[in-house]
Amino acid sequence: MGGVHPNDNKISTEAAIEQFPVPSQVVVLMNQHLGAPATPIVAKGDKVKVGQLIGEAQAFMCANVHSPVSGTVSKIDICKDPFGMAKPAIYIDVEGDEWMETIDRTPDIKRECNLEPKQIVDKLKEMGIVGLGGATFPAHIKYSVPEGKKAEYLIINAVECEPYLTSDHRVMLEHAEEICIGISILRKALGVPNAYIGIENNKPEPIRVMREMAAKFEGIIVEPLKLKYPQGAEKQLINAITGRRVPSGKLPIDVGCVVSNVGTTFAVYEAIQKNKPLIENILTVTGKKLPSQHNYQVRIGISYNDIIKHSIGELPATTGKVISGGPMMGKAMCNLDGPTVKGASSVLVIDESEAVRAKESNCIRCGKCMHACPMGLEPYHFSALIKNGRYEEAGAHNILDCIECGCCFFSCPANKPLLDEVRLGKNKYRGILAARSKK
Amino acid sequence: MKLLNISGSPHVHSDESTKRIMWRVNMALIPMFLVGIAFFGLNALLVSLVSVACCCLFQWLIEKFIMKVPSTLCDGSAVVTGLLLAFNVPATADMIWIVAIGALVAIGLGKMSFGGLGKNPFNPALVGRVFLLISFPVQMTTWPTVGKWFPMAFDTTTGATPLGLVKEGLKSGKKLSEITDMPSLMDMFLGHIGGSFGEVCAVAILIGAIYLLCTKIISWHIPVSFIGTAFVFSGILYLCNPEQFIDPVTTILTGGIMLGACFMATDMVTSPMSKVGQLIFGFGCGLLTIIIRNWGSYPEGVSFAILLMNAVTPLINRWCKPARFAK
Repeated sequence: MGGVHPNDNKISTEAAIEQFPVPSQVVVLMNQHLGAPATPIVAKGDKVKVGQLIGEAQAFMCANVHSPVSGTVSKIDICKDPFGMAKPAIYIDVEGDEWMETIDRTPDIKRECNLEPKQIVDKLKEMGIVGLGGATFPAHIKYSVPEGKKAEYLIINAVECEPYLTSDHRVMLEHAEEICIGISILRKALGVPNAYIGIENNKPEPIRVMREMAAKFEGIIVEPLKLKYPQGAEKQLINAITGRRVPSGKLPIDVGCVVSNVGTTFAVYEAIQKNKPLIENILTVTGKKLPSQHNYQVRIGISYNDIIKHSIGELPATTGKVISGGPMMGKAMCNLDGPTVKGASSVLVIDESEAVRAKESNCIRCGKCMHACPMGLEPYHFSALIKNGRYEEAGAHNILDCIECGCCFFSCPANKPLLDEVRLGKNKYRGILAARSKK
Repeated sequence: MKLLNISGSPHVHSDESTKRIMWRVNMALIPMFLVGIAFFGLNALLVSLVSVACCCLFQWLIEKFIMKVPSTLCDGSAVVTGLLLAFNVPATADMIWIVAIGALVAIGLGKMSFGGLGKNPFNPALVGRVFLLISFPVQMTTWPTVGKWFPMAFDTTTGATPLGLVKEGLKSGKKLSEITDMPSLMDMFLGHIGGSFGEVCAVAILIGAIYLLCTKIISWHIPVSFIGTAFVFSGILYLCNPEQFIDPVTTILTGGIMLGACFMATDMVTSPMSKVGQLIFGFGCGLLTIIIRNWGSYPEGVSFAILLMNAVTPLINRWCKPARFAK
């Protein structure tokens, strides 16, 4: 149900993944994941190596952070991330490129994995693996199935339904075998018979490559999916592959599913088989007006300014917005001095002509937002309720089910900022619920 | 430090706009406009020009001097209202000035008094039309006859609509088989009959409706359930008593059912949003139309039926929620 068809604009699919050079300084944020920030375990002046643990996960919902470079810790301070939020960070001055000895840097592919499920999960935690699909959910929590629940399906999200983004596309072409090994490891950790890789059928090449590779492995099935945004949203993907629906307010594991991004499976392979912590991302640098398109393997902590300088020199004069992520769900960055983090999938430069919102006019009750909504909600109704402060009614109409995919605003002929209003409403309604549960 | 522009996602928009929707509806009205002019000549052209010009003028005046908001004329909705109003009146010389009053009521009372496009509960063109029908009953039911192509004369002879013939005949105690001067079905389909100038030609209406369906401005639900209900209901009546009730094919080809079902009832502002709601809406329109035609005092009931169903649209929207993804 629902969904829209934005122009896919996958203009960077031909650009092979390049290794991005290490700059003179990196800034490693302590919360690059969903949950509490990690605690720094190095001090100013300490020497660190590539892959050395520098931020330890002490809370339950947290992930380890490792140094992406070798050098000296110059300060531990608060840093403004690209979205303007102040976060604790470790600044490291780069000296050379000395890796931890435990990390296997040979290009050989290691196929055997003899670890027990428990050991796999512990190693994921040690290596600071988080989901790279966008939410950066700590992997060790995802792969520890809670008592009383059972995983039946492992679903690999390679849909990449966001326009412009090509990092998953390139990873599948260049690292198909590693991905399949990673999937086998995750299958083992969960104890599920089959893993399903969902790929949107506008990517025939990755589908072919993954099919050929999956045939050599046990229990990996490639499922081409209909081209529709948001096909890669977790709940929609589970529904497309298993026919099950995650109920309101529940998690995928409640219907026996675990969903992992395809980029994460590559990171899992590197972590388990090569002892390499999560210190690198595949990042797309793209935009219609850019002189060149790139896919990079980038260490975390490199500032976006450095990425732009190295890849395209400087931003075009008519730049409207610079977005981290895709144009539908990505976040606009206000400050390019901020560093990249785990889970950063792209730098998307949008031209002024596309970025400027058209003037809002009256709702003409066409119902396009309602038909576009993949969750079967009524955005036009939320808009009216929220403008009048009727948050509880919005809650009664399932406003918290909204996955913020943006289909409503995308399709609105009156250019109403429907998703902005819904976000406000969700926030207010959550506040009301929190206040009520306190009583 | 230079900060960049930010906003919430999504950062791209489909090229859909209110303006494009409204101008496409205007495009879809062109076949009816051309056929109307071919059959009713200069009067039809003048009636529609006056209607459109007055709708635009009144909207501009109201926005500028009463509401004091920027003009929304270029969104094309006033032109749609003007054309639909003109299509719903007889193309006679009298109407050239009467339609200006209709335009004021349609735009002023029907639309702007509620806050403009999107906020009106009733279809503005129908509000204007019903106002004229009640205020000017003689002029509004004096139909030009169709004979030659593009009649230039300002005063044409007057005839009757097929529905009017039936009503008059039944009132005077005749049976349907005794009413002899009914046009043939082919004439009804091509529009060679008396009536409001936009409603006569089923072919032109279908061309416009297909264009709207292809551009996804309307969906099939309202037209099909409206026309289908009218067809089935009148068919049942016809089978019960063919001397008292006209046959279903004639029913849907005469009067305003085709125009109403494809262009008036499908107005997105005043019709339900969900598909189920639209089916209910169309069903109600069809049912009410046949009831009014057969048991009301007016020979035609499409306008009243649609306006009545417009009134229950908010209720239908309330009942027919989309199926939630997550239960």
